[in-house]
Formats: sequence, C-alpha cells, structure tokens
Amino acid sequence: MSKSVRGLIGALVCLGLWQLADQLGWIDPTFIPGPIEVAQRIGQLFGTPEFRVDFVATVLAWLIAISAATAIAVPLGLLLGSMPVLRSATSAVVDLLRPIPTVTLIPLVLTAFGDGAQIKIILATFASIWPILFNVIYGLREVDPLFVDTARAFRTGRLRTMLAVRLPYIAPFALTGIRMSAAISLVVTVSTEFIDNSGIGFGSYVVLNGEQSGDMPMVIGGVVIAGILGCVVNSLLQGAQNRWFSWVREGA
Amino acid sequence: MFANSKIAAFAQRWLIFVIFVLIWQWAATVAARTVFPTPLAIATEVRELWLSGPASHLFITSAVDADILPSVGRLAEGWAIASVAGIVLGIAIGLVPWLADYTSAVLAFMRAVPPVMLVPVFLILFHIGNPMQLATIIFGSIWPVLLNSVDGARSVDPVKRDTARAYRIGRLRWVWSVVLPAASPKIFAGLRINLAFALILMVVSELVGSPDGLGYRITSAEDTFDYRAMWAGIAVVALMGFLLNRLLVAVEDRALAWHHSSTRLLEG
Repeated sequence: MSKSVRGLIGALVCLGLWQLADQLGWIDPTFIPGPIEVAQRIGQLFGTPEFRVDFVATVLAWLIAISAATAIAVPLGLLLGSMPVLRSATSAVVDLLRPIPTVTLIPLVLTAFGDGAQIKIILATFASIWPILFNVIYGLREVDPLFVDTARAFRTGRLRTMLAVRLPYIAPFALTGIRMSAAISLVVTVSTEFIDNSGIGFGSYVVLNGEQSGDMPMVIGGVVIAGILGCVVNSLLQGAQNRWFSWVREGA
Repeated sequence: MFANSKIAAFAQRWLIFVIFVLIWQWAATVAARTVFPTPLAIATEVRELWLSGPASHLFITSAVDADILPSVGRLAEGWAIASVAGIVLGIAIGLVPWLADYTSAVLAFMRAVPPVMLVPVFLILFHIGNPMQLATIIFGSIWPVLLNSVDGARSVDPVKRDTARAYRIGRLRWVWSVVLPAASPKIFAGLRINLAFALILMVVSELVGSPDGLGYRITSAEDTFDYRAMWAGIAVVALMGFLLNRLLVAVEDRALAWHHSSTRLLEG
C-alpha cells in the first residue's frame, strides 16, 4: 500500500469518527455539524455565483501576492547573499521587520492605502517575502565554490556567473521558499478578508453570510475549503520540486 | 582580533539600523501626516503609555496590566502548551512508521487551515475570553512543531537504532537519550516557527474579541483615530517578537552546542 493511500485511509477514518461523534451526540450538531452536512453546504456554496466570484477573487489576490513576493525576494536575496557587507549591514533592520505579525499591520495598511483588494495583497506579499529571501540567501551560501572558481578561471563575467552558475544552483532553494510562502500568503489573504470583511473574497463571504447568521455548516465549510486549497497548492509545488529538482537535496 | 571583528560587525548592523530610523524620521516629518507619526513620536507614545508610572512601580504604568501583561501571559501559556503537546505527539507519531503514514493527510490539511477561520468556531465553543484565545493560539501554532518533531523522530540514524537494539536499551531510555537529541535540531526549528505563529495568533485573537491586550489596544486606537497609540502598539508587538526570537535562538545555541560543534567538525 503506498503512502498516499494510507494517508487517504487515515483521513477517511477521521471523517468517519467526526460523523459518528455528531450522530451519537458527543458534539452538539448545531455547533459543529457533521462532515456530510458540511460537504453538502460546500456543494451549495460552489453553486452560488456570488460565492464563486468571491472565491476567484481570493485566489487571484493570492496569486498576485506570491508573484510579487517572488519578484521582490529573489533579486533581493541574490543581492544580499552575494554581498556579505550589505547583508550584515541590513540584518538588524530585517530582524526587526520580520517578526512584526502581519495582522497587526491591518489597521495601519487600511488607513494608509484605503479599503480594497490591495490591503490583502500588500499584507500577503509582506509576509511571503521572508521565506523566499532567506532560502535564496541560504542557497547562495551552499553554492559549490569549485563551480564559482571554475567560472572565474574561465574569466566569466560577474553577471554571467550569477545567471549561469549561481541561479540554477539556488533555484530549488527558492522553490522551497515559494512553497512555504504559498501557505503563508494564503493564510494571510484569508485572514485579512476575515478581519476586514468589507471587500470581496471568500473569507469575507463566509463572515458576512455564514458567521453573522450563525450558519455553522458554512463556517466550517469555509475552513475545509481553505484547508484543501492550501493542501492542493502545497502538493502541486512539492510535485514540481520533485520533478525538476530531484537531483538536489531540499533547502532549509 | 576575533573580538574586534565581532564589535565591528555589531557596529555595522546597528549603524545601518540607526540610519534607517533617521531616514524614517525625516520622511515622516516631511510627509507630516497623522497616520505616519515619526519614530520619535512613537517612542514618546510608548513611554507615556507604558513607562511613565511612579518610581515606586519601576516607572511602569497601570496600563501595562491591561495591555501588555495579558498578552504576554496568553502568548506564553498558549505557546508552552502547543510546544509540549506538539513535541510529545510528534515524537510519538514519528516513532511508529505506519502511524506517520496514516496521519500524513490529516496533518497536512490541519496545517493548511488558516487558524483565523476557526475563531468563530472557538467563539461558539468557548465564548469570548481567555479559553477561546488560548484555543486559537494552540490550534494555530501546534502544527509546525508537531510536523517537525515527526520528521526529527524519523530521521534517527539506522546505525544508532541497531546499536541501541543490540545493547537492549530500554524503550523509554531510547526515546529520551537517542531519539529526542537526534530530533532536537528539527524541533528547535519548529519552535522558532511556532513562536512567530503564536505571536500572530495572540494579536488576532485580541483583534477579534478581547477586553484587553495589545491587539485590543491597537484596534481601539484605530477606532478612535489615535494613530500614535496604534503605532506604539505595533512597535511593542514587533519588539516582543524580536526579543522572544533572540531568547529562543540563545537557548537553541546552548542546547544544540554539541550539534553545531559536531557538524562543524565534519565540515572542516
């Protein structure tokens, strides 16, 4: 039996226990409805055009955030990683910026940039920059000096060494960072929608149409949709990593 | 020589930081918007809010009891419970290979759930208050350390496993003196991630429903357009994250000194 089949069996057993607990009254079904009811509600939700629009809006915001974070963090990581002076000089600023919980910035970004989709995109991008940045810097440290020396012996230019020697080497590290960031930015995007529910997005939809009317199947359905979405993206990126970069060990 | 270069690196780090703050000060002064107070104004606000009390109280104001202490308490309690539970469960799952396979899908799903979405569920189950906030912090921050502990426990060197078996080492001793140390680098990596998560969730749980704490202070300041107090709250949260992370890294360096020195020997 393969590993994924076992995982699936484990998940089914958990769902079965959940349904059983609801049926036997161990948990109050009005508070936590059973999986069958939640699944039906999820089906209904995807049949509702408004929900579909909100869902697509969330996924789009998240894709934009991940692309923006990659576009910022990879060049920045290359720059900081290849210039040790610059890196040690900026480390104090980075160390203080990194632990700021993104959600703390929601009120600030709201007042500074106004209401709208830009809020969650800015916050998700901010949160996603760090894993990619640190993985790229870490990857640069791991580049085999022999390759760089060989390139130097052949008088390869700095830029070309960067693009043809270092970049392929750090690509798997960057992808590991992107995979971590994908999970983080999804959480940040949905959380922002949840807290600032004035815009469109499926987090806001669940708050406005589900939570406020006490529609627990929808609230739990929203949790399940977000969880499955995160799992799917993670396994897609993991698959890409195994397929393209099976020749290197995984980054930090 | 070594000490000198250390001092130089330290000076370099903080010099750039000071320059960064000066530029911020200048930009905020030029922009002159109430939304963006200068760092000096924020620092003054922090002092006035929390550090302007009587000398007999070490200058700590009573606002500290309402804003900072409840947050620190929640964070410490939630993080401690999540960490201990995560390590124990993770090691237990990691020691039984088939269990790790069967739970993999469920754990991957749990980790992917945005914990904020569960706040409404916890609100109904526990009502507004400490239990709800603790549940949010624990649920959200247990997964990184749990998954890393599973990985760590599974990464034990097969030679060590066979050696321990050959010497008939007891199960408990095996877990305590072989598995746990072998897994500890991974566990510490997980602890650092879940500390960041716990901090975020502390703030989230206070933004959503709380009568006190830093998150509550930040939202109520926003509602009354008191942007200085809002920035002061953000600054204290950032400082807390920074200090706690430093503390954890220091503990990790000490606890894993054997690991670092052994890998260093191998490398060079």
